[in-house]
Amino acid sequence: MVIDVDIRHTLAGPHRPFSLDVRFRSEHARIVLYGPSGSGKSLTLRAIAGLITPDQGRIAVHGQTWFDTDQHICLPAPARRVGYLFQDYALFPHLTVGQNVAFGLGAGWRNPSRRSLPDAARHWLAAFELDDLTDRYPWQISGGQQQRVALARALAPDPQLLLLDEPFAALDPPLRARMREHLLALQSRLGLQMLMITHDPSDVEALGEHVLEIREGRIHADSRTADVTG
Amino acid sequence: MAPDIWQPLLLSLKVALWATGLNLLLGVATAFALSRWRSRLSPLLDAMFTLPLVLPPTVLGYYLLVLLGRRGAFGAWLEHWGINPVFTWQGAVIASTLAAFPLVHKAARAAFESVDPQLESAARVLGLSRLAVFFRVSLPLASRGIVAGALLAFARALGEFGATLMIAGNLPGRTQTLSVAIYSAIEAGDEAGANTLVVVASLTCIVVLLLAGRLTRGHAPQRVV
Repeated sequence: MVIDVDIRHTLAGPHRPFSLDVRFRSEHARIVLYGPSGSGKSLTLRAIAGLITPDQGRIAVHGQTWFDTDQHICLPAPARRVGYLFQDYALFPHLTVGQNVAFGLGAGWRNPSRRSLPDAARHWLAAFELDDLTDRYPWQISGGQQQRVALARALAPDPQLLLLDEPFAALDPPLRARMREHLLALQSRLGLQMLMITHDPSDVEALGEHVLEIREGRIHADSRTADVTG
Repeated sequence: MAPDIWQPLLLSLKVALWATGLNLLLGVATAFALSRWRSRLSPLLDAMFTLPLVLPPTVLGYYLLVLLGRRGAFGAWLEHWGINPVFTWQGAVIASTLAAFPLVHKAARAAFESVDPQLESAARVLGLSRLAVFFRVSLPLASRGIVAGALLAFARALGEFGATLMIAGNLPGRTQTLSVAIYSAIEAGDEAGANTLVVVASLTCIVVLLLAGRLTRGHAPQRVV
């Protein structure tokens, strides 16, 4: 389970251009990219997911090249099979909880039907205790429930890598601690490699096996223990 | 002597329905393209697509005659295939489509621009092609605005007069739409006939506008986030 990232990207900013120059390599199951907002964490995560195309560099995950400017390889986002947990969850407001979880199980032109959800969707709804909420809409449920829906939706298509964008930032502190434990248990049970970005030192402490500190678009510190402060 | 109300009313409805249907395809496609792919040409295209809203309908009609008439660039080619839209109800459809196009295009564009791009990213990451993302996320989330625009376009097409008169003419029973029939009735001094037609036209438009208002302002549980 090796993830190898070496990318450069320049964005035109309001004052001066922002330049991202990030390289890291990790075989750990829980990687945390830690840094203040505006440091380039989100950009890095979006580049790995294939939502933006960096100017230059390469990205290889589990032995498969996803992006390489020298070889002219750029795997489109749908082909990368990543699970992505967005900071504000990005649940589809026109679909029920059940339809949201089933969304990635079929790639056709029609949304899953409300009535007959596939078994895999039922499985994940049950795993996240969302059975009772299946027919609700995202705006009808709490923030913590929304996060469980987003996580179930990301995991249902069986991704090979889970990317998490500030997963706990929108939750109350007590719920935050519980969700951290929940995620930790889930990750070790599934054996799924995950890469999380955060600006919260408690996330680093609780979840980081391999911690990369990022500042102003560059990796500042690289430590294989969870003990990072600041 | 009551003029036949039904023939012009039904013809107007037929023309307006066709114009609305065509505009749903054209207006939605151009709106989505312009809302997603910005280029240096975008402001020019934007102005072009709004033009029918501000140009005098007679100017639109003149352009259509130049383009589609027998000696027109496109008209000569159509003639070759035995098609001549001038003085036909299909000509009226083309005139109404052009006149009502900006209403669908503008409404659809605003609707697409209000869709959170993060939702489209989420759908891409979940394995969907761009086309599937359009049909499963962008279009359903924009549908309310698009339908409201289509209803306005229907009302506009129903009332189209200037461009229609120039390209389709005023042939009773063939190309005489409601608005053209009103003009004819007044010209002929048939006040009673004109009054009836005016009432029918006004009522039809009021119903359409009420429907459009309901759709834009009405409570939409899925959209209140």
